[in-house]
Amino acid sequence: MALLKLDNTTIRFGGLVAVNGVNLEVEEGEILALIGPNGAGKSTIFNLITGIYPPTDGAISFKGKSIAGRPPHVIASGGIGRTFQNIRLFGEQTVLDNVLIGAHTRGNWNLTGALLQFLPSVRKEEGRLLELAIHCLSKVDLAHKAYELASNLPYGEQRRLEIARALAIEPALILLDEPAAGMNPQEKQTLLKMVRNIRDDGVTVFLVEHDMKFVMGLSDRIAVLDYGSKIADGRPEEVRANPAVIEAYLGKGAAH
Amino acid sequence: MFLQQLINGVALGSTYALIALGYTMVYGIITLINFAHGEIFMVGAFVGLLMVGYFKLNLFLAMAIAMIFCMVMGVVIEYIAYRPLRKSSRLSALISAIGVSIFLSSLAMMVFGANAKGFPSEAFPSHQIHIGNADISTLQLLIIGVSALLMLALEFIVQKTKIGKAMRATSEDYNTAALMGINVNFVISFTFALGSALAAAGGVLVGVLFNSVSFNMGLMAGLKAFAAAVLGGIGSIPGAMLGGLLLGVAEVFGVAIGYSSYRDAIAFAILVLVLLFRPTGLLGQKIQKKV
Amino acid sequence: MFQNMLNSIDPYSMQILVNIGIGIILALGLNIITGLTGQLSLGHAAFMSVGAFAGALLTIKTGVPFYINILLSGLITAVVAAAIGWPILRLTGDYLAICTLGFAEIVKVVFLNLEITNKALGLTVPTPDTSLPMPLIVLIVVCLTIIASAFIQNSRFGRALKAIRDDEIAAESMGINIARYKVQSFAVSAFMAGTGGCLYAHFLGYINPSDFGFLKSIDMLSMVVLGGLGSIPGTIFGASILSAAPEFLRFMSQYRMLVYGALLVFMMVFRPNGLMGGIDFTSFVLRKLGVKPRGVSRSKEVQ
Ligand SMILES: Nc1ncnc2c1ncn2[C@@H]1O[C@H](COP(=O)(O)OP(=O)(O)O)[C@@H](O)[C@H]1O
Ligand SMILES: [Mg+2]
Repeated sequence: MALLKLDNTTIRFGGLVAVNGVNLEVEEGEILALIGPNGAGKSTIFNLITGIYPPTDGAISFKGKSIAGRPPHVIASGGIGRTFQNIRLFGEQTVLDNVLIGAHTRGNWNLTGALLQFLPSVRKEEGRLLELAIHCLSKVDLAHKAYELASNLPYGEQRRLEIARALAIEPALILLDEPAAGMNPQEKQTLLKMVRNIRDDGVTVFLVEHDMKFVMGLSDRIAVLDYGSKIADGRPEEVRANPAVIEAYLGKGAAH
Repeated sequence: MFLQQLINGVALGSTYALIALGYTMVYGIITLINFAHGEIFMVGAFVGLLMVGYFKLNLFLAMAIAMIFCMVMGVVIEYIAYRPLRKSSRLSALISAIGVSIFLSSLAMMVFGANAKGFPSEAFPSHQIHIGNADISTLQLLIIGVSALLMLALEFIVQKTKIGKAMRATSEDYNTAALMGINVNFVISFTFALGSALAAAGGVLVGVLFNSVSFNMGLMAGLKAFAAAVLGGIGSIPGAMLGGLLLGVAEVFGVAIGYSSYRDAIAFAILVLVLLFRPTGLLGQKIQKKV
Repeated sequence: MFQNMLNSIDPYSMQILVNIGIGIILALGLNIITGLTGQLSLGHAAFMSVGAFAGALLTIKTGVPFYINILLSGLITAVVAAAIGWPILRLTGDYLAICTLGFAEIVKVVFLNLEITNKALGLTVPTPDTSLPMPLIVLIVVCLTIIASAFIQNSRFGRALKAIRDDEIAAESMGINIARYKVQSFAVSAFMAGTGGCLYAHFLGYINPSDFGFLKSIDMLSMVVLGGLGSIPGTIFGASILSAAPEFLRFMSQYRMLVYGALLVFMMVFRPNGLMGGIDFTSFVLRKLGVKPRGVSRSKEVQ
């Protein structure tokens, strides 16, 4: 059974059909990339999966359970972490606090815990969350910057911090929206290894990315979106040879 | 009786509508609740009062001067208190707006004193007309007439002029409008000027209607007008007109059936209910947050 | 010993000190919802009012011990806030602000019309019968409020509030139940306002619904904004300055609202993080000392 399954998923914004009857399965343990021209609806698919928008039509299921239309916090708690195309860090907070917020669902103590934070069980949980946060930071090689303000990090590190924050959910599935955007080739290479490690740790990876070299080198499978519809889906070399894909990217006539 | 109250309500409601238009236009363009808008209304009333009472000007001339004065004031306020915050969080801009509001009303208290002032009775010699069994004052008719005229003028500006088109484009999509070469700063200033002028007219009319102008009249009127704007659908100009009228009528009828001590709560009850059950108001459009 | 110390302060200074104390409690309360959670409340005076009347009525009608009374007033206020907050906290930013203001006006109008609050005449509150002197009780509540605020800020709960303040969409994507945390934060915030109101009622001996209008809410907001939204030392500082200034600076008492208005604009335009500059003292000191977070070295080994 697929970990995540989109079944005829559709969303309309007014007259615009941003995602049009997409069927897609993400298998456990794979790295799946979603590619397509700007405005194809890739980010919108992520927003549908994470509950930011409810689908107009169709179903979405995760671990066999329907999640379509559920609120984002429920979906996140269920084990889906994500990053954003336009970085959405808590910029005025420290790197560590950003990841600790990501670890929110891994704790239980609430207001009572806040007021009684000297209790051993509260301290123990807090210590555990801290350890988890540091662990996630070290996964993206940012542990040494724990006390910096997130907004003071260079762009590439901010993208990695978003990944660490999403990892702190301890998700089964992580959605990365253009994780390599704005990075130089060297940074991209590092990121590539980090994403592989994340998968090897047992987290399924679903990413959107424009850099073809990056995508081809990283993904087990690639799905292609154009004008809201899925036009191809397969192993990297299959997709690269697919005429519909070439046409979508290079315009009509290019496939011939 | 019914007709009587209806006319009372429409007269009151059209002044709410005049103020509500300023809220709605500004919100439509920069999504800021211009909290100081009620105070502009108050200042308009005072300027009108000064012109009529001190300089012995004709009511309409006084109203025109009040409108011009407040236009300038609205533009200056935007420039000083809101423009520097356009990129900050909305919380900052709102707090700044509240600051302007508090500042203006306490300034008015220092200048004009804490007691309400009345318009001289010769400002508009009003007399009663009988229609059926309703007594309608010519003053009420004046208010309804002037409000209607101003709203028509606004509608003309927004729909038919070049700057009106720019306003609509900016309100539709701020960034795209800027990219298309629209001078967004000018559009915003113009919007503040337009809204402030209408509020000033409303202030003079309300001052004459209740024969009372005071430093703290802006807060409640402003809040009610905001409630009217939300009721009609914030960002929608016809909505503000409709919301103002409905609110005025609801308030007058609420008082008529014996809830006079809850008069001010009526507007808020409506506001809260609208926000909870139909946050887009009667004529507003759904705004989808983009991620 | 405290008794002696308290007696050595003249009554006028004592009154100022108590006012400062109550100001701190109220401002710290508002800081939880507005500074920490980022939800502007323009109606916090109403919660102070609820606490004041609840406390006064408890003293008059039931005579519960004053310490329990303070707690109960806070709890009653928190329940009222949760009931109001549950529907309206779904609204975004500025709509919420206007709604809180609307509710505050409704509370005022209702209290002005209720038999039990003695309508527009207000209530005379008897001096509570306590073993400790009133100023000392205020001091204790101030300390507890500061501790509670600091604890909340540095906890999983507080982190969730700050996440909501900074970016709701990112926060909910991290599994934070925004609606629930907003209501809880609102209730905690109102609890503090309620205890402050209760103390205010008993210290002053007379309360009137009109005392708790919009301007009172602005008083509190100015305190929080002056010191810096979200900063506990800042809020204490702001509350102290603004509670004491009208007593010392004659122009401040006359032109208080004028100054507050200008202050709000000035702070937002030039110093949005407050006079203290929004310095987070703890992590600032830690960073200066070069302290690494606990656990850094340990997880490095894991890799
Ligand atoms: N909230 C929204 N309201 C209206 N249109 C939207 C919204 N979100 C996305 N869109 C539109 O949907 C289309 C797909 O956008 P997106 O998913 O961001 O594309 P991309 O594939 O580049 O990530 C675009 O035309 C975009 O303008
Ligand atoms: Mg995208």
